[in-house]
Amino acid sequence: MLELKALRFSYGEDDYQFDLSIDAHSTTAIMGKSGSGKSTLLNLIAGFLKPSSGNIQWQKSSLLTLPAQRRPITTLFQQHNLFPHLTIHQNLALGINPSLKLSKEQEQQLTNSLDAVGMTGMDGQSAHTLSGGEQQRVALARCLLRQKPILLMDEPFSALDEATRESMQALTRETIKNNKLCAIIVTHSHNDAVALDASTCTLVDGRLSSLI
Amino acid sequence: MCRTPPYKPPWWLPGALSVLAVVALVGLPLLALVNEASNIELLDTISDPYHQRVINFSLYQAVLSTLFSVVLATPLAVALSREPRFKGRDLLINLFSLSLVIPTIVAIVGIVSVFGQAGLVNHWLQTLGLPSFSIYGLHGILLAHVFFNTPLAARVLLQSLENIPQEQWRLAAQLGLPSNSRWRFIEWPAIRPQLVGIAILIFALCFTSFTIVMTLGGGPRATTIEVAIYQALRFDFDINTAVALALIQLALCSLIMIATHSFGMQTSQGLSEIKLNPSTHYSSSHCLNGLIIGIAALFLITPLASLVVKAFNPATLTVIAHSKTLSALTNSVVVALTAGALAVSMGIGLQLSARHLRLRLNKRSSGKAIQLAGNIILVIPPVVLGTGLFILLRPFADVFALALALVIAINSLMALPFVLRILEGPVLQAAQRHDRLIQSLGIHGLPRWRLLDWPHLKKPIGYSMAIASTLAAGDLSAIALFGSERITTLPLLLYQRMGSYRHYEALTTAVLLLLLCLALFFVLQRVIGGKPDA
Repeated sequence: MLELKALRFSYGEDDYQFDLSIDAHSTTAIMGKSGSGKSTLLNLIAGFLKPSSGNIQWQKSSLLTLPAQRRPITTLFQQHNLFPHLTIHQNLALGINPSLKLSKEQEQQLTNSLDAVGMTGMDGQSAHTLSGGEQQRVALARCLLRQKPILLMDEPFSALDEATRESMQALTRETIKNNKLCAIIVTHSHNDAVALDASTCTLVDGRLSSLI
Repeated sequence: MCRTPPYKPPWWLPGALSVLAVVALVGLPLLALVNEASNIELLDTISDPYHQRVINFSLYQAVLSTLFSVVLATPLAVALSREPRFKGRDLLINLFSLSLVIPTIVAIVGIVSVFGQAGLVNHWLQTLGLPSFSIYGLHGILLAHVFFNTPLAARVLLQSLENIPQEQWRLAAQLGLPSNSRWRFIEWPAIRPQLVGIAILIFALCFTSFTIVMTLGGGPRATTIEVAIYQALRFDFDINTAVALALIQLALCSLIMIATHSFGMQTSQGLSEIKLNPSTHYSSSHCLNGLIIGIAALFLITPLASLVVKAFNPATLTVIAHSKTLSALTNSVVVALTAGALAVSMGIGLQLSARHLRLRLNKRSSGKAIQLAGNIILVIPPVVLGTGLFILLRPFADVFALALALVIAINSLMALPFVLRILEGPVLQAAQRHDRLIQSLGIHGLPRWRLLDWPHLKKPIGYSMAIASTLAAGDLSAIALFGSERITTLPLLLYQRMGSYRHYEALTTAVLLLLLCLALFFVLQRVIGGKPDA
């Protein structure tokens, strides 16, 4: 269970308060216009922003004291998920060890994750040669490799063309199901929510409406 | 009855006039140089051991200056990027581009007042019983070059760091990348492509630097080609040597310019507005960053602060009211405004014709070529151009009586690349959107300029006039060649007062020149460009 309890964040004139609880194995879509605070919510959960008050709990223990890298969370951004000058292998290995030294077992995991997103054998390629859809696939593979129970997604499909988006949506849905993840997607497209089989809630004026 | 249509000047007229002016001012002196060279044994000059040493020293000091500037700028840029919010950050970064407005000679007076024989640093060294530091010679030249070029390099590098998308920093935080991995995977890859370009640019600036070497170097051990040309012309009256050295310098500068151009860097790099886009950095060694930024700020600000403080001394009023000071001040204002106006007129002329070529005649490359004509001066250091003018005019006139006119001509050419760079975008934009409409309404000539171009262009024109005038007011190289006891400008007077160890007089003159430059810079922008946007 992921719980946000009276989680407040103020910045200048903006004031947000979030109350939310989500099952450990479920997909939730947060909808709202741009500027409504969707990304702020994800940044608070991930630890990129500090809330002014309130709490975030995962399986009953608070996440607030943990720095971003020690939270049980991995994030898929809209773009810039990969370091463009590194190879796919390096980009994935960074998800396991910042010094890029991997054991045999970890190498095997890396290969498996590439297989899982349909990018078998591409690991020597440089990231900037990939199409937008391929980059998102590799980014998703790295999310898997990190073996974190919570997957946050910030408009992950909106930079993709339609055909690529559909296949990426299907891949993401399967991945969440197979790995029993707690997934939260922030999006302005209702289609994303439907495609991921997600329950939705809406952000208006800095407050979350109840789950529909 | 027909109305006579308003006179429509042909589109090529403004450009042609400007190109003609540039060609006359650059081409004729160059021809004179080459012509004179036929009487000289070039090889003899080059193989002379003294000149060999001068050429070697020019390259050696430029390589060292470049190395130090870039190596120091890198941690500074990284520290600034890793500390996205502290009070005074924007101010400090803006200070980095001030070296454009502050005349070199003024900054040198400040540097000498801190690092010189009677300065703070030597005072401390003495107290600690350490040997004193001499500002004259290679040390001083390197110190001054680092003072001017480290901020320039740090600005360029900081820009590439600030262009790194926010997601990458978040990713780094989530992946728990330690400081050295962030450097290796994020910062270094962003900086690396810029390094060669900025290094070549700084090398070019240091290789041709005149004022710094003339004031802090000199003597047989620390002279560059630029200064050797000046000495040959003014002290030894050795025209042959001056011409030979000028041609060597021309050849070396052409090589450097080709290199600079192929890496897309320009001398006017410092002008490009920095788009700050501070990213949040998650975990960083604040102590180390603070230390680096603190030292850099101290190094930049102390000389200027010391200058301003020491300028107010018992001699201040006498120095300001001195007839020499007043006549130099008047000459400086005349030079600044005339050279500025000339540079801006040539710049507008070139850009208007380039625009016509690009938009109406669809000839992109000829449009570019016209602009290149204005940048030709970048290959020719002012001292080389001055030597050419000297030889060209010597048979016909007393060159030293024409000092101000020659200084104006040289300075307007030197400012032209900056003007072109500022005006290029706005001139094109002022037409791009409405060009079809303008054509169908048949608006051209003066009405077009008054109604459509001027409102768009007055701000960039004001800015380019401000930059051009400020550069001209602070320049020492041209007036050093042609100035005399009779005709001085503030920079030359300042140089003379520094040279005769009238320290307090020099300090006051320096601040007067600084105030003149700041006044020109801000007043011209306001008067021509109008109120700043809210």
